[in-house]
Amino acid sequence: MRHFLDFEKPIAELEGKIDELRRMSEPEGLNIEDEVSKLTEKADRQLRATYAKLTPWQKTQVARHPDRPKALAYIAGLITDYIPLAGDRAFADDAAVQGGLGRFRGRSVVVIGTERGNDTETRVAHNFGMARPEGYRKARRLIELAGRFGLPILTFVDTAGAFPGVDAEARGQAEAIARSIEACIDAPVPLIAAIIGEGGSGGAIALAAGDAVLMLEHAIYSVISPEGCASILWRDAAQASAAAEALHLTAEDLHRLHLVDQVIAEPIGGAHRDPEAAIQAVGEAVQAALEPLLGVEGPALKARRRERFLQMTREPIG
Amino acid sequence: MNWLTEYVRPKIRTLFTRRDVPDNLWQQCPNCQQMIFHTDLEKNLRVCPHCGHHMRATVTDRLGWTLDEGYTRIELPKAPADPLKFRDSKRYIDRLKEAREATGLEDAIVVAHGTIEQRPAVVAAMAFEFMGGSMGAAVGEALIAAAQLAVLQDAPLIVFTASGGARMQEGTISLMQMPRTIIASQIVKEAGLPFIVVLTDPTTGGTTASFAMLGDVQIAEPGALIGFAGARVIEQTVREKLPDEFQRAEYLLEHGVLDMVVKRSEMKAMLARLVALLREKEPA
Repeated sequence: MRHFLDFEKPIAELEGKIDELRRMSEPEGLNIEDEVSKLTEKADRQLRATYAKLTPWQKTQVARHPDRPKALAYIAGLITDYIPLAGDRAFADDAAVQGGLGRFRGRSVVVIGTERGNDTETRVAHNFGMARPEGYRKARRLIELAGRFGLPILTFVDTAGAFPGVDAEARGQAEAIARSIEACIDAPVPLIAAIIGEGGSGGAIALAAGDAVLMLEHAIYSVISPEGCASILWRDAAQASAAAEALHLTAEDLHRLHLVDQVIAEPIGGAHRDPEAAIQAVGEAVQAALEPLLGVEGPALKARRRERFLQMTREPIG
Repeated sequence: MNWLTEYVRPKIRTLFTRRDVPDNLWQQCPNCQQMIFHTDLEKNLRVCPHCGHHMRATVTDRLGWTLDEGYTRIELPKAPADPLKFRDSKRYIDRLKEAREATGLEDAIVVAHGTIEQRPAVVAAMAFEFMGGSMGAAVGEALIAAAQLAVLQDAPLIVFTASGGARMQEGTISLMQMPRTIIASQIVKEAGLPFIVVLTDPTTGGTTASFAMLGDVQIAEPGALIGFAGARVIEQTVREKLPDEFQRAEYLLEHGVLDMVVKRSEMKAMLARLVALLREKEPA
């Protein structure tokens, strides 16, 4: 069954009516095609109109949509011959961070993603995409592996943030994130990051300090969740909508601020309506971002990436 | 009770008692609740003489305690102010203005160069009193400038952190200061210079998860709160009360995150010794 968000109610009602008409007409052999196509057209129009002007808070909900394709879906859809690699070699394997070797359009790559799961069982297994230090240490290990063999790195970011837990703190969550960012900065190979859902703060930048940062149209990327920001600055988590607005966390805004290189258009009604199309669109954008970097030598690539970050946030934005 | 309160008529009494104890002459230790006379506190580097609690310090104090006399504070590079036109209950631009007026600082950090026991050093100190020491573009820019200055002067960079984390009012711009400040630390290290981090109370969030964990040597002041996630967020996640020692400097030392916990009174000498050992390699 399709999961509808609050603001999708009118669409849900129309689509419900269409389904009902179809069900009723089947046994009776009634000709309802006219009615159905009229309603379908109306639902389509409504969907287009709604998604053309989503507010930042609505986008936040779309970015977290349970049916939205997750990192493993992108890996399955874009990477062939995928061999997952596990563990941080020190403490554990963190299922919130998935990654390994594979081929992207024939080329060997290292792929890394934060995976939040699709149902209760997988969500729990992946700790809802919130990594612990071992996850970031695994990421760093894979980034270094890529560097050693000259393989481009593709990351798929979708996380509420790093896991806030006693164990995570005790094992050096902050240090693990810092080292993962450092590994991204130091990689002598191209690193393309795609924010596919929620880009949650330090847990996201840990995998996204790359040569190109791509972002799906309805994904979000922020220093703090709108709820967290609202409860601190407004002292009221219910002000999340206002906070989402103020934080400028949408792909469109971040592109304008030069923090994101490209916005990838989503299928009408969001990636969850047509996951395959969304995955292929991301594949195209990754390919386009990767292509010009392939011939660049490691040291030049690193120098360019460093300069990119040094310049970032320096210029006033109009 | 003294003769004044007992014998002088009410009107005169209020006049006298008001002048009697200005609030800043005595300060209460937030740890042991003892009252400390301000000159005693200053002499003791704002460490409680009764219980040894290290109170928060201003950046001016910090620079004075660390560098020899005659150091120079540099002018910080300009960063775009309020690029998001952020507004919660108040406008960010107004909060900035208030913080500047209250502290006399440009932003949540100062950078100075001078000597520590006659050895050249660049010191950056974060100001918790300026919007919780939060890290936005100005702090990132200052740390990059500090790193470049260290290289130019062939001096180590020592950073005293005191920060609640990234500055929310700058949104994802503040998040980008994490890779930027890490690059700053790399600029120092690649020049063969020591990058030393001294974590002071409190250091959390995006500040901890970037340059602050990448020192060649990691030092903290006693009792300093240091962590990534805030205790309240963790409590909500694990649904239990956290022990007092959790995320304190001593806890981090025990868990291998720090090299040492150093008392304020011994900090300067320790920094000088570290720099000497790392740089003056041949027998004298």
